[in-house]
Amino acid sequence: MNRIKRARTVQTVAVAITGAAAAFIIAAALFLFVYIVVRGAPAISWEFLTDVPRKQMKEGGILPAIVGTLALTLGTAAFALPIGVAAGIYLSEYAPRGRSTRLIRLAISNMAGVPSIVYGLFGLALFVILLDLGKSILAGALTLACLTLPVIITATEEALRQIPSDLRQASLALGATRWRTIYRIVLPAAAPGIVTGSILGLSRAAGETAPILFTAAVYYKRQMPDSVFADVMVLPYHIFILATQVTGRPDDIIWGTALVLVGGVTAISVAAATWRSIQRRKVRW
Amino acid sequence: MIRLNGWSAIVILAAIGIFLAYGGARALGEVGFWTLVTGSEWYPTIAAPRFGFVPLLIGSAAVTITAIFLSMPVSLAAAVFISEFANKRFKEVAKSIIEFMAAVPSVVYGLIGIAVVVPWVKEAFNLDSGLNAMSGAIVLAFMIAPTIVSISEDALHAVPNDLRQGSLALGNTRWQTTYKVVLPSASSGVLAAVMLGMGRAIGETMAVLMLTGNAARIPGSLFESVRTITGTIAAEMGNVVQGGLHQSVLFTLGLVLFAITFLINLVADLVLEKQRRRWRR
Repeated sequence: MNRIKRARTVQTVAVAITGAAAAFIIAAALFLFVYIVVRGAPAISWEFLTDVPRKQMKEGGILPAIVGTLALTLGTAAFALPIGVAAGIYLSEYAPRGRSTRLIRLAISNMAGVPSIVYGLFGLALFVILLDLGKSILAGALTLACLTLPVIITATEEALRQIPSDLRQASLALGATRWRTIYRIVLPAAAPGIVTGSILGLSRAAGETAPILFTAAVYYKRQMPDSVFADVMVLPYHIFILATQVTGRPDDIIWGTALVLVGGVTAISVAAATWRSIQRRKVRW
Repeated sequence: MIRLNGWSAIVILAAIGIFLAYGGARALGEVGFWTLVTGSEWYPTIAAPRFGFVPLLIGSAAVTITAIFLSMPVSLAAAVFISEFANKRFKEVAKSIIEFMAAVPSVVYGLIGIAVVVPWVKEAFNLDSGLNAMSGAIVLAFMIAPTIVSISEDALHAVPNDLRQGSLALGNTRWQTTYKVVLPSASSGVLAAVMLGMGRAIGETMAVLMLTGNAARIPGSLFESVRTITGTIAAEMGNVVQGGLHQSVLFTLGLVLFAITFLINLVADLVLEKQRRRWRR
């Protein structure tokens, strides 16, 4: 009897301790969110979002950084989406079971763990110096595309795997070729999963600083980028500069910029995830 | 054509290694790999520059190991709770909140570290400056928590329910089941989760750069300023002469970092793959 009682007490204590740990991490995440909103919100105004930085970046707005981040992210999507989706299709629909496929999978998950600063060095060596693109949107987007690729490949593969094979077999039985089946039947059905996964990956890329330090980001620039060969201001780098290099720290501008970045990334991710769950409810296999 | 894209990951991974080695070729030739990794002084910009990685390697190790020690107990306990004790609703909410935590950009962690953690560390440990290894490690501990929680939660979740039911049917409590059956079965996955967290911590750049004070000397304690591998590359690469020796040394440093994380990730992935196969059957 005593042993049972003790086991029950231990159980209660264990649940309490692990529960407290979970609560602590969730509380930390909520603190992060609330802290950014509370400190950033006072800075947000129409002028802040649409003006250029003024007085050594201590006043004015952050429009060039917003535009730069958008341009870089779109560029990243342009390179990473076609390659990533194609690679996902290959892995899910074509790849043979065997050693080479296993190797590819290992490479993909390893790529996801390569430090972002290493991608920055790689982009510097290949895109900026060797291909002579200079510090530019193009070089930065190519670098970020490498970093985002594993996320997009994995998202595509997972989305394709969730499509039941009945659909493929029905299409093939009607005489469609394999590619036509993928293109007309499987891909449209998997689209919500692919799009959402890709957006989540791209929004991560939008917040990266280390890969674009040497490949795209510039300290201060008033004019908007006029070509893909222009360097740009970007939100994460702007936060870094304001927090560490600008004397007499303009606190509300820093936190306002952080709120725009985190808020934008979160809003897009939440919207994408919501859209996916709505689409999923619509179609049932 | 589509097959070619399938191979892109291998191509890029190989290209990263090749281009870092190519960038570092001059340093490897002129200074030598052994001199670089065993040199104990880092004075890259003086007249007779000294390029020794040891202070930077120690800086990275100090911050990373401390972060793992701080993060691991809490993260693993949280994963156990979410996987074994929480109801479905709590599980879903917790997962999406933790996903948000993983999506917060690293500069923002650095910024919050400067605003909250640095003053706290300065106050709590009675120091002249809060910019030291400890501040960096505390913020890193939070940054790697989502990785450790979600991957070890996956590993726990993958343990078949038969095992749990068998244990419960024998009269064990849920905690006894968790502690004696589920955790040992998932141990290799949990280990992999910690390793992946470690890989993330070593490679983390911006937050560490903003918080550790960046003095490139061998620290005497965790409350001294340190300079990590990543922080060095980020801080110095912008100010070097194109094609110069300093630049080449930084590429070599990047190569060392790439090799370290590559190995950690490879081992962790192999462990995870093995475990996945075990339960598939």
